[in-house]
Amino acid sequence: MNAPVHADAATDAYAMPLDAIDVSDPQLYQDDVWQPYFERLRREDPVHYVPDSRYGPYWAVSRYQDIMHVEVNHGLYSSASELGGIQIEEQPKGMERPSFIRMDPPRHDEQRKVVSPIVAPGNLANMEAIIRERTCRVLDTLPRGEVFDWVDRVSIELTTMMLATLFDFPWEERRKLTWWSDVAICNVNAPDAPVHSEEARFEEMKVMAETMAGLLQERAKGPPKFDLLTMLAQGASTRDMPLREFMGTLALLIVGGNDTTRNSMSGGLLALHRHPDEYRKLRDNPALIPGMVSEIIRYVTPVIHMRRTATADAEIAGRQIRKGDKVVIWYVSGNRDADAIVEPDRFIIDRARPRQHLSFGFGVHRCVGNRLAELQLRILWEELLPRHPVVEVMGPPQRVYSNFIHGIKSLPVRIPA
Amino acid sequence: MLAAETRRLGGPDAQGRTMPKVTYVEYNGNEHIVEVPLGTSVMRGAVDNNVPGIDADCGGECACATCHVYLGPEWLAKIGTPAEGSQEASMLSFAAVAQPNSRLSCQITMTPDLDGLVVSMPEGQH
Repeated sequence: MNAPVHADAATDAYAMPLDAIDVSDPQLYQDDVWQPYFERLRREDPVHYVPDSRYGPYWAVSRYQDIMHVEVNHGLYSSASELGGIQIEEQPKGMERPSFIRMDPPRHDEQRKVVSPIVAPGNLANMEAIIRERTCRVLDTLPRGEVFDWVDRVSIELTTMMLATLFDFPWEERRKLTWWSDVAICNVNAPDAPVHSEEARFEEMKVMAETMAGLLQERAKGPPKFDLLTMLAQGASTRDMPLREFMGTLALLIVGGNDTTRNSMSGGLLALHRHPDEYRKLRDNPALIPGMVSEIIRYVTPVIHMRRTATADAEIAGRQIRKGDKVVIWYVSGNRDADAIVEPDRFIIDRARPRQHLSFGFGVHRCVGNRLAELQLRILWEELLPRHPVVEVMGPPQRVYSNFIHGIKSLPVRIPA
Repeated sequence: MLAAETRRLGGPDAQGRTMPKVTYVEYNGNEHIVEVPLGTSVMRGAVDNNVPGIDADCGGECACATCHVYLGPEWLAKIGTPAEGSQEASMLSFAAVAQPNSRLSCQITMTPDLDGLVVSMPEGQH
């Protein structure tokens, strides 16, 4: 019998004093050992206070229903940039980059509505053919009988093409978008981070904003079109953004439109590799793809947490929260909560109600691009199966050092010759 | 073109009482006539009977807008529109295909006077 994958971590998670558990350590996610810590928290201390972390004191909310409660009560649990925004690690004072994900209603609502039509059902239907054609092209050029990096050749390539289309960005320069996405979201303390200080990140984000501002000016004068830059340029609540807000909004759209789907493309293949029975089930019945896509998004949980700030004294599951407290809702944990999801640690491609997961968030901040993400993933698997029914994973994934983005940096694979 | 289909679901409850009926009309015109217990939400009536087109990702917390339906004028008059500034109004305002007669079906609870309710589904649950 195989030993549990996380045996050592499980020992640590249960051996240490409960008070010492701090789930904000990015190492837990890079080493993929976060599971038992949250398992213990859900059971013993579901609304857990960490008095002293490298990000200061915070509450760790780990159960599905409590996370839903925080999500729905956006008046009490604010996303506002001025209060600290949406990540456990705050952007340094003077370098904050607000965007609608870091705003509460009504401003959030106004700005979100400027860009949301790009992912409306009618427009998604228009995009399906182009996504499919590109996916086929990328899959048709994959090598056989040799090891290559699935992340770079498939996940990054497909999501970068999508971004270039959404922004109507110069095609040949599209990898700039990937670079800015990585810069925007990286942990600057990671040895392999693209930038190593908040100042360097800010400078790169400024370069991005300047590049985009040039395109934006042209589009402001042009006809109305369905690309994000035109929509921002012509939207009443977005056309006159201050520089830092423009930087923040671009970063939000680039990361949101890219990184999460990228990691679901990589994590989905890895999950199938590790669950060969499910992979077989899929090959035998490709009609399972739509449900599997939701299961992949749950199982991968591309965004690890969101952070809110309490605007008044409150209570979550009997714990007293004070006005100003940092409340962190851990989607990775809620998605593994057995009180909400049956056999949550198993990857089951045909589970009942696969759409009931926290990965897109809930409430007013629910992921605006969720249907586009699902569409891209569905097409990937629909086109991959007939071409390459087996993609072998040849080595362990290299994961990202981050407590926010649940990322896979590289995944060596081989398609049998 | 395929003819729209009508499917009937449900029946008397354990005590033999009949329940109010709701007709769910898919975007393609297919109809599902379902008996929904009193006190149950219109969303739950659809999900529990596998009516396609109502996703209800959040399970009835008014937090995802994926149980969006349209009401005809007489039903809208009876049931009403969401209160201004309410969570439902907020969530609906983000739905790409929202109309003045839009409601989230998780927020409509079955009462005897809703017998015969007809709800139509949008092009997509967003």
